[in-house]
Amino acid sequence: MFMGYGVILGSFLLAAVLALIPMPQWLLWGRPEWVALVLLYWSIALPHKIGIFAALVIGVMMDVLEGAVLGQNAFSLAVLALLSLLLYQRLRVFSLWQQSGMVFVMIGMHQLASQWVQTLEGTGARTPLFLLPALTSALLWPVVLQVLRGVRRHYRVS
Amino acid sequence: MKESHLGLRILLAVLAVVALITADLRFNSLEKTRAVLDTAATPLVWIADIPARLGAWQNKHIHSRARLLEERERLQRENLLLKGRSMQMSSLQAENVRLRGLLNSTAMLRSDVLVAELIGVSPDPVRHQLVLNKGARDGVYVGQPLIDADGLMGQVVDVGEVTSRVLLLTDSTHAIPVQVNRNGVRAIAEGTGALDTLDVLHVSTTTDIKPGDLLVSSGLGGRFPVGYPVAEVMAVEHDPGQSFATIRARPSAAINRSRHVLLVFVDAAGDSPPLPRES
Repeated sequence: MFMGYGVILGSFLLAAVLALIPMPQWLLWGRPEWVALVLLYWSIALPHKIGIFAALVIGVMMDVLEGAVLGQNAFSLAVLALLSLLLYQRLRVFSLWQQSGMVFVMIGMHQLASQWVQTLEGTGARTPLFLLPALTSALLWPVVLQVLRGVRRHYRVS
Repeated sequence: MKESHLGLRILLAVLAVVALITADLRFNSLEKTRAVLDTAATPLVWIADIPARLGAWQNKHIHSRARLLEERERLQRENLLLKGRSMQMSSLQAENVRLRGLLNSTAMLRSDVLVAELIGVSPDPVRHQLVLNKGARDGVYVGQPLIDADGLMGQVVDVGEVTSRVLLLTDSTHAIPVQVNRNGVRAIAEGTGALDTLDVLHVSTTTDIKPGDLLVSSGLGGRFPVGYPVAEVMAVEHDPGQSFATIRARPSAAINRSRHVLLVFVDAAGDSPPLPRES
């Protein structure tokens, strides 16, 4: 039981570190949304454990780490969690590439939500490049899915 | 899964998020909370910085002897040069104090500096922020100016216990009062969101300002100390249809390269050059 939460927390912390690690300049706009991907996986696999509330808590953590407005990531991750709560039954029966397509759309909406709060602050992106992470995240989805599924089965998180 | 509670949960989430954003953005009332959370998040920032630190370690320890000797020679030359210049400095400073006394103007601000190391950069390309390894424990305060060897870099916006967060000059929400070093013309330099460009705002087309001019901080507004280099004017465009000239400047500081930076402590305690401070 506690082991399960430990594994989930660990995966989020790892994703947060990956989200912070300095990247080369040319990859700046394309950084995959690691935390969003991990949240997506857990909320599809264990919707009774990881949902909107977890998304809010992790979002606030990310806001602090990124120096964003408190609530920006909380909002966009909550939107993502809500989408996956509405769609998880369908997503589970999709093939890997169909899932990737859905991940592209969902992370795209997550990015839009995030941009919306940033625009309130006055630091919205001036190019549509801010949608690039949706593409890189969708391409990485199969990898993230396999890895986290392996972890979940190994530690029998349910 | 209890679908029936979904509506309620969405409502609660929306309320929580709206409350958070409003409190942070409109009322700025979460500074304390943020400081506590910043402190709690420090280990993650440290871990994320490990690759960069490994790179720096490698740079420091894996060098050929020839290169080290060459560097030593270069530093000795530079040291000699700087020593020569600082000899003149002290007499000039004394003269400056006397002249200021004659003019009945206030003494220059005295400033101490604290060396800090960069341990994180904002992952968001539109947000130009740095995380430093000095915090409230070292006396860092919100609004404190940050410089590197070449000029002003930005100011502190969040202070945790052992880390602090700096907003750079180039962030699109940042503006700094400047003056042209050559003739004292005052203006505001605003960040553009690009690392190598500042916009100089509200300068009328007839003002004497041209490419190559050095912009230094003017000290108006009381946040930044006077006289630190801010940027160099790159291009001045006069469009007859506009009432103001379009002026672009390049920050003097190595905004995206410096790993070691200086936090400046400003207080009005007489006239002295920046002193190294115990860290």
